[in-house]
Amino acid sequence: MTAEAVVSKRPAGRRLAGLFYGRPRLQVGALLVAPGAWLVVLYLGSLALLLITAFWTVDPLSGEVVKGLSAENFEALVNEPVYRDIVWRTVRTAILVTLTDAVIAFPIAFYMAKVASSRGKAILLVAVLMPLWSSYLVKVLSWRTMLSQDGVINWVLEPFGLHGPGYGLTAVWLVMSYLWLPYMILPIYAGLERIPDSLISASEDLGASPFTTFRRVILPLAFPAVVAGSIFTFSLTLGDFITVRLVSNSQFIGTVIASSITNDLPFAAALALVPIVVMIAYLAVARKLGAFEHV
Amino acid sequence: MRRKDAHPARTAWLIVAGLVVFMLVLAGCGSSSDSSTGGSDNELQKLGKGEGELNLISWAGYVEEEWTKPFEQESGCTVNDKVAGTSDEMVDLMKTGQYDGVSASGNATARLVAANEVDPVNVSLVPNYKTIFSDLKDQPYNTFDGVHYGIPHGRGANLLMWNSNSVKPAPTSWDVMFDPTMAAKYKGQISQYDDSMSIAEAAVYLKFHQPDLEIENPYELNEEQFDAAVNLLKEQQPNVGEYWSDAAKQIQAFGSGDNEVGTTWQYQYFALQEEGVPVAASPASQGFLPKEGATGWSDTWMISSKAKHPNCMYMWMNYIVSPKANAEVAEYFGEAPAQSLACDKTANKNFCTEYHADNPAFWKRVYYWETPLAECGNGEDDCMDYNDWVKAWTSIKG
Amino acid sequence: MRLSRKAQALLRLVVGLGMAFIYIPLIVIGIYAFNSSKILKWPPPGLTLDWFSKAFESESARESLLTSIEAGVVATAIALLLGTLAAIAVARHRFFGRETVSFLVILPIALPGIVTGVALSNTFTQVLGIPLSLLTVIVGHATFCIVVIYNNVVARLRRTSGSFEEASADLGATTWQTFRLVTFPSMKTALAAGALLAFALSFDEIIVTTFTIGAGEETLPIWIFRNLFRPKELPIVDAVAVIVIVISIIPVYLAHRLSREEGGGVAGKGGGGRVEAEATAIP
Repeated sequence: MTAEAVVSKRPAGRRLAGLFYGRPRLQVGALLVAPGAWLVVLYLGSLALLLITAFWTVDPLSGEVVKGLSAENFEALVNEPVYRDIVWRTVRTAILVTLTDAVIAFPIAFYMAKVASSRGKAILLVAVLMPLWSSYLVKVLSWRTMLSQDGVINWVLEPFGLHGPGYGLTAVWLVMSYLWLPYMILPIYAGLERIPDSLISASEDLGASPFTTFRRVILPLAFPAVVAGSIFTFSLTLGDFITVRLVSNSQFIGTVIASSITNDLPFAAALALVPIVVMIAYLAVARKLGAFEHV
Repeated sequence: MRRKDAHPARTAWLIVAGLVVFMLVLAGCGSSSDSSTGGSDNELQKLGKGEGELNLISWAGYVEEEWTKPFEQESGCTVNDKVAGTSDEMVDLMKTGQYDGVSASGNATARLVAANEVDPVNVSLVPNYKTIFSDLKDQPYNTFDGVHYGIPHGRGANLLMWNSNSVKPAPTSWDVMFDPTMAAKYKGQISQYDDSMSIAEAAVYLKFHQPDLEIENPYELNEEQFDAAVNLLKEQQPNVGEYWSDAAKQIQAFGSGDNEVGTTWQYQYFALQEEGVPVAASPASQGFLPKEGATGWSDTWMISSKAKHPNCMYMWMNYIVSPKANAEVAEYFGEAPAQSLACDKTANKNFCTEYHADNPAFWKRVYYWETPLAECGNGEDDCMDYNDWVKAWTSIKG
Repeated sequence: MRLSRKAQALLRLVVGLGMAFIYIPLIVIGIYAFNSSKILKWPPPGLTLDWFSKAFESESARESLLTSIEAGVVATAIALLLGTLAAIAVARHRFFGRETVSFLVILPIALPGIVTGVALSNTFTQVLGIPLSLLTVIVGHATFCIVVIYNNVVARLRRTSGSFEEASADLGATTWQTFRLVTFPSMKTALAAGALLAFALSFDEIIVTTFTIGAGEETLPIWIFRNLFRPKELPIVDAVAVIVIVISIIPVYLAHRLSREEGGGVAGKGGGGRVEAEATAIP
């Protein structure tokens, strides 16, 4: 048999491997073509289309999208004070929820990572993960019933002459802090886990009180993880409309988008650009703060 | 040789920019949605066999088992119903092209026709149409350019409902919701309909209490009248507990005591009474109307231009306005039936009288939901159109 | 870390309160599932098991459950494929645009769901002209599930050395053989844990689903949403929710066991839970 015949009779697998050999960029290309097509063409393409749609308008009677370029929607967003109020209200709530969750999640994550026994850690981990599996809607419904006039919260507070917050912005803040808490606990837990115990012991050996160790060793090292978790709490709050509708009467970015999409799609698209811009900026800041580096 | 990509966000944006250009070309070149011509040539000419299925969009309480089951047995068409809370939702659902028909109110009919989402209805294929009350036929909300676009279902007024234990004395006017001093007494407990049609409610109120605004038709408002109505609602906003669009959600809210007074439909009123909640509304002797009158609706069954089961839809339209079925749905929901012969079939023999089914004069004080257009009755084009209404509604809610 | 007794007690208290905060609403819903009255007044007047039997009988609940499972399985499968491919590319190669890929993969989950939902729905109906259906839902779900798989696999690949694969290639294995016999076994538990989390996300997803689902289909969250305010159906919804929570103990436990198995060459204590934690963290 000639060498050529041997080469050409190689099975497909070998030929493929030979093709890739020495051509790392071809390998990368082959690996990325499918996810690339999905994410870039479909997903980013959809975002691009949204951007274009934001420049279209809608016929007032038929509701048909008119494909002429117009800055009408953006003018409305900028000039009408109500939209500024709505955006600020949403962003403000997102900040509050993020801070609240960070404050609640940190001790829990800290206990899980550094204090609990190995068995305690396992139990707590399962305990924190379980609610992720219960339906978001049901959790919101539960809060809606708890917050109602005849609900649990009022029932508990009445003997003390107090009153629950009822529905409204406070309820939105409360419920969202509740809903996104596991998304904050888990990254902080992972981040704290990565801090070697030896560092902490060293700090203690050098004479630092637990509080000082916490402040000057643990917190700075865990901060990127907190930022990573905050991406979720912030983003989830920014776009939510179901919780807002169920426990309050307020208009958030999400509720206005959801209700505008039925009769004014271009306007909804224009408004949808706001959370996109906010999140891109947030992600850029988060990257600078180190949320994207670990392992 | 391998440059590190230090600005992933920037690279991503470049990709997006490229895609924007790509999409512009795609969207521009792409064929626009099929703009089929309307007109009588799209009417069904002959009724064929049922297709076995029917997908409807309706208001809560319009499609209930009680009268749907007999229809399914008779026609062989299995009925799937999607309940919508506002006309906007209905229009949006119709645009998906996945439904055969819809029970549309006046603030949806014109828009559906303009968007070619519905076909004209060949009323000769709907025998029960003949005996429908004459003041429901050939109305501007169901007949366009002389062409019939639907079969009247029934009509009603929006109700002022209150919790009789907490709201005293019993209101006879809308001022309990719109007068700033009175509304403040029920701060956080007022339930207002979450749709721009509420602007018309404010306009009805102002028509009575501020005659110098010269409001004739609460849906044809020039800028001054419109601003007055919008301001009234902005003053109401701090007192509103819930803007409702889901009937069942409002039932829950009144039932749990979170809301004490609000606009509603008979459907919720009956449901709450059944649950033993102490609700009251303006009595039948007053025509269920507070002294200013009220907004209301006259609903029309329309057939989708993309209907996959047109024969079943025609059968349904004929069935739902047949005397027995129309009587059942009217009594269940609490509205005046469209079918004149239904009045003999109602369980309550006084039903039609109470609901003024055969009393055109009564309906002059009920302002059916309409699509606001720029062209007013006065020949001028300076009225606010639907987009203005919708945008204003967002700023009212704050 | 050495904490004083007081500090430890305080910490335990805070953790206890935190856990109570997390579980009380779930318990409340659990109690309502046994509520004998249809009105949501607290406290419930009586207890009954009726709703559970009605939940099992409800055809629409069963159908929506099956639809959710179907969507979850397919979306997870797609995400497994695409996420793994992207992760291998990023973890094992250096190339221009590597950070961009990392950034792009996160976008679907970092941007609010409503944006993804509106954008995809817009593309489907306006540009592609395809009607919304379960397929479009699956596409939507797969898009944000990719990152979950990606995170897990990248984290795992970064912890294991690429030299094993190079050695395998040196020994004459083809690309596929190397993947099958070297890379894949080391990723198995990461893939499994990621798949479970991706399935969970898809199973519970409502926002993107609302915008991408066709009129005739229902996933379980859509079914729940539709029935949230139907007085007759609400207790059944509660019962269904309780059933789902109880059954979900199994996958959570499985995910946990899988991450524990990944003992091996992991530095530092507590390999357990790290995989789940990393799945939700950023690469």
